[in-house]
Amino acid sequence: MHHHHLILRVVTKMLVGAIMLFAFYVQFHGDFSPGGGFQAGVIMAVAFIIYGIVFGLDKAEQVFPPWLVHKLVALGVLLYAGVGVVSMLLGYNYLDYDAFSPHHPSHGQHWGILLVELGVGITVTGVMVAIYYAFAGRPPPMKDEDW
Amino acid sequence: MEQLIDWAFIVGHVNYWLFIVLMMTGLYVVVARGNLVKKIVGLNIFQVSVFMLYISIGKITGGTAPIFPVDLTGHIEPDPSIVYSNPLPHVLILTAIVVGIATTSLGLALIVRIREAYDTIEEEDILKIEREMTAEDNKEYGAAMGGRA
Amino acid sequence: MIETFIEIGLFAMLVFTAFAIVKTDRLFAVVMLSGVFSLLSALLFVALDAVDVAFTEAAVGAGISTVLMLGTIALTSRTEKKSSISSPLPFIVVLITGAALVYGTIDMPNFGDPMAPAQQHLAPEFLQGSLEDVEIANVVTTILASYRGYDTLGETAVVFTAGIGVLLLLSGLGRRRKDEDEEDA
Repeated sequence: MHHHHLILRVVTKMLVGAIMLFAFYVQFHGDFSPGGGFQAGVIMAVAFIIYGIVFGLDKAEQVFPPWLVHKLVALGVLLYAGVGVVSMLLGYNYLDYDAFSPHHPSHGQHWGILLVELGVGITVTGVMVAIYYAFAGRPPPMKDEDW
Repeated sequence: MEQLIDWAFIVGHVNYWLFIVLMMTGLYVVVARGNLVKKIVGLNIFQVSVFMLYISIGKITGGTAPIFPVDLTGHIEPDPSIVYSNPLPHVLILTAIVVGIATTSLGLALIVRIREAYDTIEEEDILKIEREMTAEDNKEYGAAMGGRA
Repeated sequence: MIETFIEIGLFAMLVFTAFAIVKTDRLFAVVMLSGVFSLLSALLFVALDAVDVAFTEAAVGAGISTVLMLGTIALTSRTEKKSSISSPLPFIVVLITGAALVYGTIDMPNFGDPMAPAQQHLAPEFLQGSLEDVEIANVVTTILASYRGYDTLGETAVVFTAGIGVLLLLSGLGRRRKDEDEEDA
């Protein structure tokens, strides 16, 4: 069925990996350059969305199954909130990252910011992919040829 | 003699007025157009103009992006001669953009459901169908409810 | 000086794009123009020193939201129906609101003024704190994740909630339940 658009398919195959790598770069290099969890999450989601658009929703759902997406949506928020709970258990305020390294507060801050941004990135990836799956999974009222 | 036009004031404020022009264009699309997708696009224009207004409040003339220079090992090398723009509006707007797309997608999902229920996404047609449904209900149950269902 | 010209040029393009969105009634063109609008505004954010915001706007506004709107018009309709009534009321409302907003800007400090109240209190403290307490080069990341960590937790929760809302509205959950009801009946 998806045997047309040969160039798009070849280019997409080459791009998807690079887009994911860029997402990880943006995620973990956010301390030194523009970027962070929100942007990285969106870029990571774009990698799956472009795959879904070119190869069809079924192929994308084989790569990144919906049940996993739905788990990730919750996992990110839990990770974020969990960082706060751990800092409370260590005797500090909620989301006070000094708790992770009391002798070197700035190291603790680095760890806290890394984990929190990771939580944001996971949730944003999950939500964006889940929204795309929800829209793409709806039966369209018209065929592509009628456009 | 007092100057008739205060140029410094105009140059300092023309940005804000241009943002307001964009904002009002978005508002016009939301108010005047009946198509629901177009309303969402108008809402986006309005939203982005508000973001621009916020960001422009944080801008300092001669300033640069609020990222400190680092050496090769990642240690910060502070340079007191550099002026940085205000990073606080950037943070507020960054999160607002992502929340904006989340709410936009919720609106679009509602539009899809409205199309499935009414078979149209034009505000006028939806209101017409609603009125017809009310009129039919009136005919059927009107007497029991004292003429107004 | 050159910055001012770049900003004015970008503004002109933004205003043209916005007016084109008002005029066009083919929804595909409207969605594409809204992507163009987002990309232009990302360029403007770079000119205003907000590189993180520009990055987000380019990825979200020009990328994801265009895809979602295309998905929506694929599921709904391709053209906007011409309105049968044309009333001057919306234009008057917009004019009055705009005039009120312009009146509100008269008290504002000049654009780029380093002595403006917004630059005086929190911003220097955050810049200094990022340098000394947190030691992270990107001040926006410091404020986002550390100083305003509660705020960002709330925003993440909003994104989470919106995602759940879309799933409830559009994914198969509702349909499946309806099918089960029909089987029971």
